[in-house]
Amino acid sequence: MIAALLSSFVRLFTGVQARWFGSAPDDDARRVYFANHTSNFDFLVLWSVLPDHLRKRTRPVAASDYWRAGRLRRFLAESVFRGVLIERKKVTRANNPMDQLVPILNAGESLIIFPEGGRTSEPEMRPFKSGLYYLGRAVPDIDFVPVYINNASRVLPKGELLPLPLLCSVIFGKSLRLEKNESKDAFLTRARAAVEALIDL
Amino acid sequence: MNFLSSDHEMQILAAGVLAVLLVASIIGFFLNLQVKSEKGREVIDNLNARIKAWWVMTIIFFLALATGGIGSVILFCLISFLALREYITLTPTHRADHRALFWAFFVITPLQYLLIALHRYGIAVIMIPVYAYLFIPIRNVIAGEYEDFLARNSKIQWGLMICVYFVSYAPALLLLDVPGREGQNGKLLYFLVCVTQLSDVLQYVFGKCFGRHKIAPNISPNKTIEGFIGGVLGAVLIGTGLWWITPFSWWQAALMALVIALMGFFGGLVMSAIKRDRGVKDYGATIPGHGGILDRIDSLCFAAPVFFHITHFYFAS
Repeated sequence: MIAALLSSFVRLFTGVQARWFGSAPDDDARRVYFANHTSNFDFLVLWSVLPDHLRKRTRPVAASDYWRAGRLRRFLAESVFRGVLIERKKVTRANNPMDQLVPILNAGESLIIFPEGGRTSEPEMRPFKSGLYYLGRAVPDIDFVPVYINNASRVLPKGELLPLPLLCSVIFGKSLRLEKNESKDAFLTRARAAVEALIDL
Repeated sequence: MNFLSSDHEMQILAAGVLAVLLVASIIGFFLNLQVKSEKGREVIDNLNARIKAWWVMTIIFFLALATGGIGSVILFCLISFLALREYITLTPTHRADHRALFWAFFVITPLQYLLIALHRYGIAVIMIPVYAYLFIPIRNVIAGEYEDFLARNSKIQWGLMICVYFVSYAPALLLLDVPGREGQNGKLLYFLVCVTQLSDVLQYVFGKCFGRHKIAPNISPNKTIEGFIGGVLGAVLIGTGLWWITPFSWWQAALMALVIALMGFFGGLVMSAIKRDRGVKDYGATIPGHGGILDRIDSLCFAAPVFFHITHFYFAS
C-alpha cells in the first residue's frame, strides 16, 4: 500500500520514464538489475519505474550501516522497500552477504544492486565491487540487467535533504551472464562497460 | 463568474471549438485511411496524436475557465511548474544551485500565482523581475560557490521569467478592470490562448502543405516562410472574427491578433534556439505528439505579457 503510493509519487514527481533496450519487463523474470549510483534517489527511481508485478518481487540490496541508522530509514528499508541490508565494511564469514542474496534469487525474486559500492559525485563510474561476480558463480543461470539512471543526482545530490522535481529516465540494457571460465576482472569490466554503453542512448 | 452556464457568448465559443475539433478528428480519420507511404504514416500518426491531445487540452482549459478565476490560476500555475521542470532538466545546473532551485520551484512559482489569485497586481508584476531576480544570486552566494556564477544565476533567472512570470500574465488577464465588461475577462484569456495556439497550428498546417522556403534554417528547420505567412494571416482572420467577445473593435482585434501571432512566432524561435543548443528536438514528452509542455506554450510565453500590457494600457481603467 505505502509502496504503491510512494512509487506513484516518485513517478509523478520525476516524470520518470523507463526505456527498455534489448531486455523486456517479462512476467517471470528473475534477475539482478545493476546500475550507476550517484544519489539516494537512484534506487527509488529504478524501483518506481518497474511495472507493479516486477516491483513486488524485486528487492534492493543496501548498506546496513546507512539504512539501519534512524527509525524512518529502518522502517522504509525493511517494511516498504523490503531491502536486503548487507554489511559492506567488515565482511566476515559469519555475515557474508552472499548467504543473504543467493537464497532470494533461488526463491525466484530479483535484486537491485549498485556495484560501485557507494554513491559517487564524479560523472565517471567507479570500478565495480566483486559481488556481481560471486552472485554469478553461485546462481549460474541468472541474468544481469545493466541499468543507467539519468539525472537522479540532480534530483537529490549527495548531502541534500530536499529533492528537486526534475525529469529522470531509466534505461535498461541487454542482459548478460557470467560466462564459463570468465575471470572476475573480465566479467566486472564487461558489466561496467554495459552500463556505460547506455549513457548515450 | 460561471462562464459556461450563464454566459451565452462562452457557450457559443465552446460549441465552436468543439466543432473545429470534430472536423479535425474526422479529417485525421480519413487521412489515416488514405496514407500509404511510410513517411506519410509517421506524419499522420503524429497529426492524430496531436488532435487527440488537443481534445484533452481543450477540455481542461474550458473546465478551468468554467470555475471562474481560481481554476485558471491553478491550471497556469501547474503549467508553469511543469514548464520550469522541463527547462531546468534541459539546462545544465551546478550542484551548488540546488537550494536556489528548490526555492524557484516550491516558493517563487506558487507565490507568483498566489499573488494573482489574491488580485495583488502591483506586487505580482515585480515579484519575479525584482525580488526573485535579487534573491537567486543571494541564495547562490550563500551556497559559497563562485564557479560559472554569472551563467548559473542567469539560467535560473531566465527560467523563472520565461516559464513562470510571462506565463502568469495569461491568468492575470482575469484581474483587468475593463469598464462595462465586468466578469467577462475569461473571454480575453480565451482570445489570447485561441489566437496563439491556432497561429501555431496554422503555421504547422500551412508549412506541411505549402512549405518550400525555410525561414530560420539554422534555428528551426521545420519553420517555413509559407507556414509563417499562412499562420499569421490565419491568426489575424480568426482574431478579427472573435472581436465580439472582446472590448476591441474589429480592427483593434485584428491588430491584437497580429501582435500575438508575431510574438508567438518569435517565442517559438527563441525556445527552439535553446533546444538546438542543447541538442534536443523537444523539451519533454508530456503531451503525446506535441512534445513537452514548454513546446506547446513557447509562443504563449512571449505573447501573453505583450497582450496583457496593451489591453491594460488602452482598455482597462
